[in-house]
Amino acid sequence: MNQTLMQILIIAGVLLGTVTIAAGLIYVERKMLAVWQQRLGPNRVGPFGIFQVLADMVKIFFKEDWIPSFVDKKVFIIAPTIIMLSVLMSFAIVPFAPGIVVADLNIGLLFFLAMSSLGAYTIVLSGWASNNKYSLLGGVRGAAQMISYEVFMGLSLMGVVIQAGSFNMTEIVNAQQGMWFVIPQFIGFIIFLIAGVAETHRLPFDLPEAESELIAGFHSEYSGMKFGMFFVGEYLGITLVSSLITVLFFGGWLGPAFLPPIIWFLMKMFVFILFFILLRATLPRPRYDQLMSYGWKFLLPLSLLNVLVTGAIVLFNN
Amino acid sequence: MPAYADISEKIKARFPEAVVNDQQTSDEFPTLWIEKNQIVSVLGFLKNEPGLDFRFLYDLSAIDEQARNNRQGQPASIYTLVYLLFSFSRNQFLRIKAALNSEKASAPTITSVWPSANWYEREVFDMFGINFEGHPHLTRILMPHYWEGYPLQKKHPARATEMGKFQLPEEQMLAQQDVLQFKPEDWGLTARSRTSDEFMFLNLGPQHPGTHGVLRLVLQMDGEYIVNVVPDIGFHHRGAEKMGERQSWHTYIPYTDRVEYLSGVQNNLPYVMSVEKMGGIESPDRAKVIRIMLCELFRISSHLVWYGTFAQDLGMMTPVFLTFYDRERLFSIIEAICGDRMHPNWFRIGGVAQDLPEGWETLVKDFLNYFPPRLKEYDKMVMKNRIFKARTVGIGVFNTEEAIEWGVTGPGLRATGLEWDFRKKQPYSGYDQFEFDVPVAVNGDCYDRAWVHVEEMRQSIRIIEQCMKNMPAGPYKSHNALTTPPDKKNTMYDIETLINHFVNVTWGPVIAPTEGFCSIESSKGNNGYYLVSDGSTTSYRTRIRTPSFPHIQFVPYYSKGYTIADLMAILGGVDFVLSDIDR
Repeated sequence: MNQTLMQILIIAGVLLGTVTIAAGLIYVERKMLAVWQQRLGPNRVGPFGIFQVLADMVKIFFKEDWIPSFVDKKVFIIAPTIIMLSVLMSFAIVPFAPGIVVADLNIGLLFFLAMSSLGAYTIVLSGWASNNKYSLLGGVRGAAQMISYEVFMGLSLMGVVIQAGSFNMTEIVNAQQGMWFVIPQFIGFIIFLIAGVAETHRLPFDLPEAESELIAGFHSEYSGMKFGMFFVGEYLGITLVSSLITVLFFGGWLGPAFLPPIIWFLMKMFVFILFFILLRATLPRPRYDQLMSYGWKFLLPLSLLNVLVTGAIVLFNN
Repeated sequence: MPAYADISEKIKARFPEAVVNDQQTSDEFPTLWIEKNQIVSVLGFLKNEPGLDFRFLYDLSAIDEQARNNRQGQPASIYTLVYLLFSFSRNQFLRIKAALNSEKASAPTITSVWPSANWYEREVFDMFGINFEGHPHLTRILMPHYWEGYPLQKKHPARATEMGKFQLPEEQMLAQQDVLQFKPEDWGLTARSRTSDEFMFLNLGPQHPGTHGVLRLVLQMDGEYIVNVVPDIGFHHRGAEKMGERQSWHTYIPYTDRVEYLSGVQNNLPYVMSVEKMGGIESPDRAKVIRIMLCELFRISSHLVWYGTFAQDLGMMTPVFLTFYDRERLFSIIEAICGDRMHPNWFRIGGVAQDLPEGWETLVKDFLNYFPPRLKEYDKMVMKNRIFKARTVGIGVFNTEEAIEWGVTGPGLRATGLEWDFRKKQPYSGYDQFEFDVPVAVNGDCYDRAWVHVEEMRQSIRIIEQCMKNMPAGPYKSHNALTTPPDKKNTMYDIETLINHFVNVTWGPVIAPTEGFCSIESSKGNNGYYLVSDGSTTSYRTRIRTPSFPHIQFVPYYSKGYTIADLMAILGGVDFVLSDIDR
C-alpha cells in the first residue's frame, strides 16, 4: 500500500516537475537570450518579470481554439499531443535520484529511443494534416532529419551501454561511480549532444520550422493551446535530452555528499539546458542537404567507430 | 573623360536619319532624340560599338508631354520615351529620347538588347499606357491588374478626392482577390515537367518573414529546388513620382526620404542636387561636408539593418539585436543633428536645414570609438562562422558581365570584381576631397556581397572621421535666391529680399524650364533623380531611378537550381527595400 502511494507520488512529482521546468524554461530562455543579445528581456510582470510564464500561459490557454477549415481535422488535433505524450513517457525511465524513478525498466534506454522515434510522427502528421505547402515542406524535412539523427543517437549510446553492461538507467548511473562516462565516451557524448539538438529540432537544427524560410514550418497553421503543446513539447524535449546527458555521461545524481543527489542532478541538467539556449543565441542554420550529409557522412562513421573501439577495449580488458 | 561630340557623329554616320534633335539640358550629358523606329538598332549600336560601350541600361521611363509648357526646341511629341544609358569604359551617361506621336502610343521593345528593359517597359506601360511591340510579358507591374487608367498620364487624377467615392462591393473584392491567384500559364510556366513530374508552386509572400517586406515571389519548385522564380511587386507602391508633380520643389523633399526608408538623407541628396543643377545653385562647403557626413552615417545605419537581417535570414538570432542596438546609437546622433531619426528631411535646395548643433563632435567621436570594435565582434560572430560560410559561399553567383547586363550597381556590382563606386568615379558633393578605399571582392556570391557591405562600413567610418576633423566653417545654406527656405537675414531691410522670401515661402521657387539628372552611390546602389521643369513651382516629371528595382528583377536569373534556403541567402544578399523597388 505504502509502496503504491509512493509510486503515485513519484509519478505525480515527475509529471508536475518536468512540466513546470519546461514551462519555466520559457522565462529562462527569454531572459538568457536577452542577456546575450544586449536586451532586457521580460521585466514587466512581477519582479524581474518572473511571472511572464504565468501571463504567457494564461494567454495561450484562453486563446480561441481555432482549426482552419482546410485541414485534416482529426490528425490536426492528434499531432501536437504526440510530442507531449512521447516526451513525457520518456521521463518515466529517467532516474532523478536513487529511488526516484517512475519505471526502472531493464531496457530503459531502448524505451527512450523508441519514444523519441515516436516524436517524429508529430512533425510528419502536423505537417501533413495542415494541408499547407510550407507545413508539408517542414514535415518532410523534419521526418528526414529525425529519422537520420535517430540512427546516430542510438549508436552513440551503445558505447555507454557496452561500458555499463546494461540498458537500465539506474545501473548506468551506478557504473559511473569511478568515472563519469563523458571521459571514456567523449565522442559518444558529442554525437549524442548533436543528435539531441536535432531531435528537439532547436537551432541550429530547427530546419522543420526555419522561420525565415518556411514561416513556422510544420506548425504554421497551429494556434492557441495546440501551438502551446508544440511549444512546451520543445522545452520538454530540451529538459529530457539534458537529463539524459546528465544520466548517461555525467553520473546522474552522483556528486559530493554535501548536497542531496536530486540537487546534483538538477544542477547538471540546467547546465545543459543553458547550453541549448546558448546554441540558439549563437549559431546560424545550415542548409537541409548540408545537415543530412553532415549526419550521414561524418557522424554515422564516427559513431560506428566509437562503438567498435569501445567494444574492442572492453573485450580486451575482459 | 572623353567628350560627347563623337557619339552623335558616330550615330549619324551609321544611321543617317536616326538623330532628330540634340537637346541641351542642365546635366553635363547630351540628350539625343532618335527616330522611334530606329531605336532598337541605335541602342544596340550604342551598346556594342567599340569605343562607345554603353553597356548599361541605367533607366527607362517616359514623359507625358501633353500639358507641358516651354518645350521650345524639342521635337513634337505626345509621349516621350527616355532611355538613360551608362558606359563604364567612358564613365559617361547618355540620354536617348524617342518621340511617340499618337494618343495610343506604341514603340518597339528593346528587351532584345537588354533583358533588364523588361520590367522598365512594363512600368512604362503600367504608368503611361504605352505599348511595347514584341515585349514578352507586357502586363501591369506596380498597379493592380484591375486598375483603370494610367497613373502618370497627366489626365489621371493625383488625389483621392478627384476620383469619386471609394466603394468595394463584395463581388468586386472577390474579383480583385481572384486576380492575385497565380496562374502558371500566364507566365509561360508549366505545371508538369517533361518527365511529367508535377512541380509545386509555392507562394512566398507578400507576407513572409524572409522577404523583408511586401514582396511576393512565386516559386516553381521541384521538391525543395527552385525551377523558376516570378517576382510580383507593387504592394508598396505609393506613387512617389506622381506626388512629385503636385508638390513644390521644396515640399517634395520629405517624400524622397521615404523612397528608400533605411537610408534617409541619402535620398534627399540626388534630388536636391538635381534641383541645384537645374537652378544653377552652388551649395556652400560646409553644407557639402555636412551632407557627406550624414550620408555616411546613414550608409552605416542601412548596412547595419542589412547585416542583422541577413544573418537572421540564415537563422542567426543574435546579430540583428546587436546591430539594431548600434543603429540606435547612430540614430541618437542623427536625432541630435536633424531632430528626426529615419526620415530626417534634412537637406534643402542649396544647403541643409540648419547648422550642426553644439557638441556634435563629441557624439560623433563617441560613435567612432565605439563602432569599430563592434564590427570586429560581428566579424567573429558572423563572417567567420563556418555555417554562415557554408550557407553563403558559392551561392547566388553572377559575374560582372551579367551584373552590367541586368543593371546591378552598388555592393552587388563591386562583389563581382568591378571597382566601381560613383563616389570615386563621378565624385559629387565633394567626395573627391576624402580618402577612402572601395572594397572589391571577386567571386560575386552572397558571401562576397556581405563582405563588401561590411568593409564599406569601415570605409564610411573613415569618411566620417575626416568630416569631423575637417568640418569647414561658413554658411550652411547658399545665398542663391532659389535656396529653400530662403535666407531671411535681410528681409526686413531690403525689399528685394523681402519679395524673394515671400514668394519662395508662399509659392516655392520657380525653376527655369530645363531638365536635370543627378545620381549618387546610395547604400544599396545607384540612386538617381531625373527632373523635368516646365518653368513652374512644381516638377513637371519626377523620375526616381532606384537600385532595388533592377536588383530584384535580376534575382530569378541567378537563383534557379538552388533551394528555398539558398533563396533566402540570395534575397538577403541583394539588400533591397520594398519601398525602393515600388516607390
